[in-house]
Amino acid sequence: MKALCIIRQAPDQEARVKVVGAQVDLDATTLALDGMDEYGIEQALRMNLNSVVVAVGPVRVETALRRALAMGVNRAVHVIADANLDVISIAGAVAAVARQEQPDFILTGGQQADSDTQALGAAVAEFLGWPQVTWTVSLSVEDGRATFTHDTDDGKEDGSCPLPAVFTTQQGLNEPRYPTLPNIMKAKSKELRKVNLDELGVAPGLVRTVNQVPADKPRLGRLLTGDPVEAANELVRLLHDEAKVI
Amino acid sequence: MLIIAEHDGRRLLKATFELVTAAQACGAADDFTLAILGEAQDALLHEAATYAPQVVASAHPSLTDGDPAARARAVADLAEQAEANRILMAGTRGGRAVAPRVAVRLTGAYLEDVVALEPIAGGLRATRYSYLSRIAETLETTAAVVVITCKPNAFTAAAPRLDIGDIFEAELELPAPGMQVTARHTERSTRVPLQEAVIVVTGGRGVGSASGFAVIEQLADALGAAVGATRGAVDAGWRPYAEQVGQTGKTVQPGVYIAAGVSGAVQHLSGMGKSRYIVAVNKDPDAPIFKVSDYGVVGDLHAVLPAMIAATAALKD
Repeated sequence: MKALCIIRQAPDQEARVKVVGAQVDLDATTLALDGMDEYGIEQALRMNLNSVVVAVGPVRVETALRRALAMGVNRAVHVIADANLDVISIAGAVAAVARQEQPDFILTGGQQADSDTQALGAAVAEFLGWPQVTWTVSLSVEDGRATFTHDTDDGKEDGSCPLPAVFTTQQGLNEPRYPTLPNIMKAKSKELRKVNLDELGVAPGLVRTVNQVPADKPRLGRLLTGDPVEAANELVRLLHDEAKVI
Repeated sequence: MLIIAEHDGRRLLKATFELVTAAQACGAADDFTLAILGEAQDALLHEAATYAPQVVASAHPSLTDGDPAARARAVADLAEQAEANRILMAGTRGGRAVAPRVAVRLTGAYLEDVVALEPIAGGLRATRYSYLSRIAETLETTAAVVVITCKPNAFTAAAPRLDIGDIFEAELELPAPGMQVTARHTERSTRVPLQEAVIVVTGGRGVGSASGFAVIEQLADALGAAVGATRGAVDAGWRPYAEQVGQTGKTVQPGVYIAAGVSGAVQHLSGMGKSRYIVAVNKDPDAPIFKVSDYGVVGDLHAVLPAMIAATAALKD
């Protein structure tokens, strides 16, 4: 069986996201393979699937693909595209690659840490006419069907679905491995196929990002120290009299 | 315009009233259809009719298990039948699993998890967050069909209309769902739902143990609040996953968010950073949570929270 893992390259969790001229500028930001996508890679490796990793994005994305190869994925496909391509178009490109690769599983993170989207897996599944399971925390194969547990809005569900299918992953599915030095060396010689977006017949995106600004809300920053009981009393007073929220 | 209601079979949930407001922000005025998918009691349909000029309902068996493919097919078919070019759904996990499929089916644009909407010439402008909620971005589309999911608590709840709307039974032909659910494990709290709560009290690793959460629960009960937990507290097995707030849990935006023993990792901040007021209680004066707090107490939460509970009780006397 074969897996296609979709990855994104996102700012490192602790990195600052800089805005220049009303647009996010990642040039000086530390970027990494999105942690949410590592669960899918790890799952493909643990299930001993023939695995292919795909990313849609600019030249820099190759670093994240090499990281996936160093974790143990067999091959990589890089669809070269603008960094601001909207998620439905990215999904269209991935679906085109999937039609070439014919995987049984498509795996990607439940939410991507760059655009905060949960749409990638769902949109790929619809392009392909496949079932989709979101926020998967356990996954196995029995008699050609996938059995799974996944998170919902108010708990968990166990279920099964026919293959091929798309699974978006969630924390708890597994513990992703760190690439070893020999595997990092080996990854350098693994196949990394480049495809231009316009070769895939993807329709142009329908959504334009016209402005990006830091979303920090100014905060009061009032700090109370000293005796815990006095501080607690003062806090409750402030919440009641000043903020008027309790 | 078509709104897909959030409901529990008996009544509409708060997200539905927010979607009505969002539809009005798109310029719907009073011309929209509210769709009730799945099993629905008569009381629910009648409630829906007080909020929308038209209600369309379908209890098709393919919709009961929440299979995203079947639901997307139903929503797309209803949109075509109603000639709707704006489709609004809740920005819950369930809604965000279905909406992208609808956009693909209808070759429409997708505006995801938006917090504001306004009409522009021939289209829509929306605001949403990205980069783990660190960036606010403005999007525009002039696509003929636009599918929108709205972030919970971002829009005010609409009031009922003066007129009672008409209720129709939908005619849908849906395939059998691909996904089959064999068991459901619902983690229901007796408290107010996390994403509807006006006050949230969250505990992190600093709480120290599962039994240590008693003081978090007591403060929550004193304030009529929901209980939240960080990933650390959930991973430690102290709290159920349903209470987790953050990147891999729920996103909340209450009037006041009280974080006790929470360090303030960016993954956690992405789930609560838009709260109106943030309160932090932490022993460590250098905890990052204080940088995003309106009010902070540097101290042991096991000493501070009991005093807060007593002070809250005194307010009511």
